[in-house]
Order: sequence, then structure tokens, then C-alpha cells
Amino acid sequence: MTTETMAKGATPNTGALKHQPPARRRKKRPGTYISRVAIILAGLVFFFPFLWMVATSLKPTSEVFSTGSNFLASRVEWSNYVTAWTAIPFAQVIANSFLVSIAGAALTTVVSLLSAYAFARLQFRHRDKLFLVFLGTLVLPQEVLVIPLYIMMNKLDLVNSLPALIVPFAFGAFGAFLIRQFLLSLPVEFEEAARIDGAGSIRILWSVILPLVRAPLAVVAVFSFIDYWSSFLWPLIVINDVSQATIPLGLSMFSGERGTDWGPLMAAATVAVIPSLLVVILLQRQLVKGVSMGGFGGR
Amino acid sequence: MMTAIPTLAVKNAKKPARVTGHGKLAAAYLAPGMLGFLIFIVVPLVASLVISLFDWPLFGTPKFVGLENYTRMLTGDPVFWTVLGNTLFFAVCYTVLNLVLALAVSTWLHNLGSWGPFFRVLFFVPVVTPMVANALVWRLMLTDDGVVNSFLANFGIHGPSWLSNSQLAMGSLIAMSLWQGIGYNIIVLGAGLNGISPNLLEAARIDGAGGWQRFFRVVLPMLSPSLFFCTVMTIIGSFKVFTQPYLLTLGGPGESTNTIVLYLYRNGFSFDKLGYASALAWALFVIVMLITAVQFSQQKRLVNYDN
Repeated sequence: MTTETMAKGATPNTGALKHQPPARRRKKRPGTYISRVAIILAGLVFFFPFLWMVATSLKPTSEVFSTGSNFLASRVEWSNYVTAWTAIPFAQVIANSFLVSIAGAALTTVVSLLSAYAFARLQFRHRDKLFLVFLGTLVLPQEVLVIPLYIMMNKLDLVNSLPALIVPFAFGAFGAFLIRQFLLSLPVEFEEAARIDGAGSIRILWSVILPLVRAPLAVVAVFSFIDYWSSFLWPLIVINDVSQATIPLGLSMFSGERGTDWGPLMAAATVAVIPSLLVVILLQRQLVKGVSMGGFGGR
Repeated sequence: MMTAIPTLAVKNAKKPARVTGHGKLAAAYLAPGMLGFLIFIVVPLVASLVISLFDWPLFGTPKFVGLENYTRMLTGDPVFWTVLGNTLFFAVCYTVLNLVLALAVSTWLHNLGSWGPFFRVLFFVPVVTPMVANALVWRLMLTDDGVVNSFLANFGIHGPSWLSNSQLAMGSLIAMSLWQGIGYNIIVLGAGLNGISPNLLEAARIDGAGGWQRFFRVVLPMLSPSLFFCTVMTIIGSFKVFTQPYLLTLGGPGESTNTIVLYLYRNGFSFDKLGYASALAWALFVIVMLITAVQFSQQKRLVNYDN
């Protein structure tokens, strides 16, 4: 199952119908070259903050500003990475981030699949009404919920714990919606055949549906991973012990402690950016599909 | 209401061959998702309305105060109107600039042939990298002796204080946010552009329509579902702005870059006023829902769905 098939089923009007430009336009006009030079320049300017982040992470702190707009300082200061690594329990913070993001993505994906299957394939009363109410929360800002959620976590004695970072945000409608849309585009005949062969509902979900929905599951997993990985407001509220912090919170705590120590700070920022960069490079197709389906709603 | 968003079009589930209900089975499958939905979304939404009727400290006993938090917000707290104004200003500037730029860039990339997809992904990178890291490098670049001002100094320009000048700070936040967020709309609009049949544009060309005419009379109407989707999502996102002012300006100078969510956060977790913070949260909720409802009510008039 490829993402193309998925796009055809789920979003017929976005991306799937990739039309070739007419042959006439394939001929290169002089404008094309100007356009290409311009886009390279625009891309460089756009990417500059990341280049500057890495450049600064390799500068001695005394030269961060004295080097002006030069990329290189008098020497390459690798020790910034060591400083960042030891100033906050950085290995712990990175491990927390991976743990929270992977557990959160797994929980979100499983829960979404189960709900999506029920909404797409089972008959029960008020199904479509319930789904619409659920779906309406796609446009509900999570920021509205943080005060009661904090009080809840406080009552449950979960403040400063990783479950508090994982569980409350695994039940959004995006994943279930995306998988449901995809399921609706699949023929029910496979399932009917399996049912006639005597397979139970769990067996059908596991052996028939699961292999077919890998593509949308991957999209949901990638998007929730990134959401957990980048989340800041909620960790800022519910975690105040750096040993339980995720990378964005750790960075923010680090900058609060040594706000002008830019070398180590940018070293830490570089480390925080690299996993996301890898995700973009390796999983760009899933990302593009997911965005077209409303992933990252409103970011 | 969600049927309206083209890329969020809700299909109706087909009835299976056996029309008998699956009540118990469905309940089992839905239990985790719907319990979580109830506990972590529905209950907090209602609870935040209840909490907003209390004087609610972090530790200690909440005291019922009726609508006092709301009357204070609307009549006794000038900062509320300032942060509301700031957030609206941010939302309008950010949304308009984002859509115009994203439309221009995605059209440009669409005509770049095989180079388009690469740059589309490049512009998407800051959407995915952690906002905190993004905001910190911008703070570094925009400090008084940062790289932006040293670059300007090469041309003999004495650069201003981008983050501590109350005239410029909000502009800097908008610029940073555009850089952070524009890749999202570039992707959505790019997908929309890919969905427009080139035959249609060719037909318009043969009929004598010039480049601009084709853009405004053919491309734009065909793209209106994607544009509608982008507008809804971008406006909602812009009302939630928090990390940028928190890390770049601390809401300052004065209150000039303080926003609803930053003010909500401070009331709840710095000033120990969870009740008042919840009133602010409900103000945010009502504003976002009203704007979204207005957009959906206008979409039939503005969006062209005869594809």
C-alpha cells in the first residue's frame, strides 16, 4: 500500500492528480534560469537561521558577537556541545523526549485506529452525530484546556511525571479522522470474505485491515511524534524538574539559566533540531499527505 | 460543519451488507478513544468554564465568585484589552501575510518543474523543528549586536533594537512566525495547484486570457477550497501564539507583545489566578469558535466547489 493509493482514496483533490505541465512549457525560457537562481537565493536566506544556529554553536562565547556576520570564528569550539551536554542532564532530557514522543505516537495511533474502525465499519446508534462532535474538536485550541488539565494532573499526583506529558494529548480527532477517511475508500469485500471464512472482528482488524492501513497509520504516527517532540506550553506547565523535561523545555530552562551563553545554547538547539530534520528528510511524503489532511491543525 | 473543508471532507460511511447493529462491539472499539475524548477534552472544556466562576489558587481552597472574573476581565483589567488587541493585530497581519506569501511562493514553486518539491520541503522544515529552538536562534539573530544588525552595518545602516523597541517588537514576532509557519500553507496550496487540470489553463490561454487573467479567473477560484482551509487553520493557529513572545520578548517591552495565551499562562502559573486564567481561556475559546463559525457561514459565497 503506497501513499499514492492513500491519497487517491482519502484526498482526491489534493496531490493525487498530479498533472504534467503541457509539453510547450517544458522548453526552458531565459526566465527559468533567473527563476532558478532566485529560488536558490531565497532558499539560502530562508535556511539561514539554521546555518547560523550551527555556526554559533561552534564559536567561542567571546566571539559570538565580535565575528559580526561571519560564519567562522578564530577557532572551532566543539566544547560548546560538551558544555550543553553537562549543564542540563541533556542525555536524560533527550531520552525523555524520545520516550514521550514514541509512547505518545504509539498510544495515539492505536487509539485512533480502533476509533476509526468503529466509525468507518460498524453500525451503531448516533454514529455519525458522535463522529461530528468528535471531529469538531479539531478546531478547539488545546490552550483552552491546560488549566483544568493541570488541576487534574495535580490531583492525580502526576505533576512532574512523563505520563502527564503523554496521556492527555493522545485523544485528538485528527488520527481517527484520517484513518477513517482512508478506511471508507477501501472496499469492504476483503472483510466480508474474511467474515464468511469465519474470522472474528479482532482477527479481521489484525490480519485484514492492519496491512491495508499502514500508510495512514504511518502519517498519524509521524504527526503525533512531531507534535509531542515540539510541544512546549504543556511541558512548561506540568514539568518543573529538569530531569523530567523534554527537549524544548530543557532548552528553555537552559536559556533561562544562561541566557547569554549563546555557544552552548545553540549547540543544544542544534541537537534539538537534528531529529526533526531527519524526520523531514526521510518521511517527506507522509508529511505532505498529512498536511493536506489537516495535520498540525493551525500551527 | 466539517463537510465544508475540502481536504477535511467527511464521507458518509457505507452501510455494511449486514445491517444489524454492532452496538457492543462498537462500544469496545470506541472505549479507549471516547473515554480519552471525554476525560481529556470534554471534561476539561466544561471544567474550565466552572473554574472561571471561582477564585481558584493553585494551593488552597477555591472560592465561588460568580461572574466576577468576567466582569473584571471586561471592565476592570486594561491589560486584557491590550493583549486582545495585540493578538488580533498579530492574527490579522500574520494570516494575511502568510496567505499572500504562501500563495506567491507555491505558485512560483509550481512553475519550477522538478525543483519545486525540494524547495517545498525546504520551506516546510521550520514547521517541524521545535519552536523553542527556532525562537532562540531568532532571538540571537535579532539582538542589538546580532547578525541582522551587523549585516545592516555593512551598508552603513545602524540597525534598530528589533526586540526591545515597542514599535518593532510585534513586527519581529510576526516575521519570525511567518518564517516558522509558512511552509505549512505552501504545501497545502501546492497540493491544490497540482489538482488543477492544465487543460483548463490551456483552454483559457487559447481563449486569449493573459497570465494574470488566468491566475485570477481560473487558478484562484479553483484554489479557493485550499485557500479556505488554509485561512481557517492559520487564523486558529495565530490566536494560540505563545512560544514566540514567551521566548523572544517576554511579552514586552511593556505589554506591547503580550498575547492572550501568554497572559493566560502568566495568570494561571505566575500570578496564581487559575480562575481568571480560565475566564481568559473561555474568551479565547469563544473568539476562535465565533471566527470559525463566521468563516464556515461565508464559505458557500467565497469558495468554489464545482471541480
